[in-house]
Amino acid sequence: MSTTQTSPAPVGTRPAPSARRRTGRAPSDPKPFVGWLFIAPNLLGVVAFTFIPLISVILLSFTQWNLVSGFGGIKFVGLANFIAVFQDPTFWRSLLITIVYAGVAVPLTLVVGLALALALNRDLPARGLLRAAFFVPYIVNIVAIGMTWQMLLDPSAGLVNQFLGLFGLEHLPQWFASSHWALPALILVTIWAQAGYANLIFLSALQDAPTQLYEAARIDGAGRWASFRAITWPSLLPTTIFLLVTLFVGISQTFGMIALITGGGPGESTTTLSFYMYQTSFQFYRFGYASAVGLVTFIGIFAIMLLMWRAQRGKALHD
Amino acid sequence: MTETTSVTSIAGRHALRRRRDRIRRWSWGVPLWILALVFLLPFAWMISTSLKPDVQAFAIPMQWVPRDPHWGNYTEVLFGENSILIPFGNSVCVAALRVLGELTTATLAGYAFAKLRFPGRGAVFVGYLATSLIPAQLLLVPRFVYFQKLSLYDTLWALILPGMFTVLGTFLMRQYFVSQPEEFAEAARLDGASEIQIFSRIYLPNAMPMISALAILTFVWSWNDYETPLVFLSTPENFTLPMGLTSFTDENGAMAAGLSMAASVISIVPILLVFLIFQRRFVAAMTESALK
Repeated sequence: MSTTQTSPAPVGTRPAPSARRRTGRAPSDPKPFVGWLFIAPNLLGVVAFTFIPLISVILLSFTQWNLVSGFGGIKFVGLANFIAVFQDPTFWRSLLITIVYAGVAVPLTLVVGLALALALNRDLPARGLLRAAFFVPYIVNIVAIGMTWQMLLDPSAGLVNQFLGLFGLEHLPQWFASSHWALPALILVTIWAQAGYANLIFLSALQDAPTQLYEAARIDGAGRWASFRAITWPSLLPTTIFLLVTLFVGISQTFGMIALITGGGPGESTTTLSFYMYQTSFQFYRFGYASAVGLVTFIGIFAIMLLMWRAQRGKALHD
Repeated sequence: MTETTSVTSIAGRHALRRRRDRIRRWSWGVPLWILALVFLLPFAWMISTSLKPDVQAFAIPMQWVPRDPHWGNYTEVLFGENSILIPFGNSVCVAALRVLGELTTATLAGYAFAKLRFPGRGAVFVGYLATSLIPAQLLLVPRFVYFQKLSLYDTLWALILPGMFTVLGTFLMRQYFVSQPEEFAEAARLDGASEIQIFSRIYLPNAMPMISALAILTFVWSWNDYETPLVFLSTPENFTLPMGLTSFTDENGAMAAGLSMAASVISIVPILLVFLIFQRRFVAAMTESALK
């Protein structure tokens, strides 16, 4: 480093500033180890609590191990876990449940969030408070929310079915007590809890929408729907894609509510992949197998995420 | 004569438009407020039930405002057998240390990635980018094993330590420092200031909005975390709030409605206070972490 600093920049090829950028240091620049000192606390923690566990989970996925047998009991089994994952009917079932759950909850959360944002993006009485109201469910811990909804959705005594009963409906949904209704109930609570977040992000995007274009559109005689399609929607598209990806990643990993309310049931009707992973690790203590399930799941989610980004890029180029 | 009529007609038109705006304001406002109240109904139910003895919790018809509020649920939850004050204290302790640790390590590292040149910076940063996508869920098993070996299992440190060093926090701070001008540092260096002085006296004070945003985010993550304590804690004395909420059961082992709801209300108060007091910063924290 010191040699590059003192050696003159090649004469005539480049002016001084770019030479400086190339060598990376001006005379007044800090010594190289200072940067390392600054990142050291964070880096050590990230290595200890993220990087080493990540390597471990990859290694573990090639082994058969339960905690009881101690470290000596770790047995290398090659790809056996991965083969077993793909032959495991519960894995495929959990995958299907995860896809249905996220596939329904994510778009609906987006739609509710967007509709709320469009409605709230105008002059309203006590607007700040009104906006805050829709956001509250998002910041409340999942246990308080889960316990409350569990009682609200109680098949006989719960408030929701009491209300539905007023309309003389027979065969009221049995919600978390039924293997048919548990997943819809979970989706309902998820949308309720997450819509406020989508709403907030959409609202902040709407504030950046090009207002002068609306004037122009109105002068040109464009109706409300036309100007939404021509101006609002394109300007919201990046935000929508962003929310699609983050909500998908977040919702497909929903765990707390399932562990708290349904325990994956009734039957296996709400055993999503993340809950299945938890079961194999901490109820059955099959650490090697659980690691393989986790890795396959993560790679799957990651692939879908990449596809969504690609789709967005393609769309952007197309426009 | 003609002048005055035109003036009044303009004034009249203004008044008309004002009235139309007001009507429009309320014609959207009233339904939206009703919708918001429906949205918040579960919380009304939570509060209402927290003030009832268990036998009345599911009484039909629902009594929204209990005729004689049963405050006994709150005294029981606060000072009874499974006092919520212990998990509450644990949650405060975990959140405080996580926020403190996160702010320290993330500002230092974020600043270094943005403003200090050092060999290997690019490589380390790429490593950070790669790990930023790893969900914590995937790391539960190895962390569980290591924490057992290091005797951190079933201690609050199992929640605090991983929460003090996050990649996301570093990214947020880096993003902020990148947007700050380089000239401050160059001028200060010529004046002979040390790197830590430049960081702490010049850049850090300017970064306060972002730092408070990160503090709020870390507090929310920490306060509401349920998955990590579920895996890493086993004795009730060590439980944080979300786990403590589940410990109120009746003699049959079923959830005791009144007590659980009273505890839930208590668990929500701090986060709601933070939200209401710092609402603007809170919203900025959410959107900034989203759009970076």
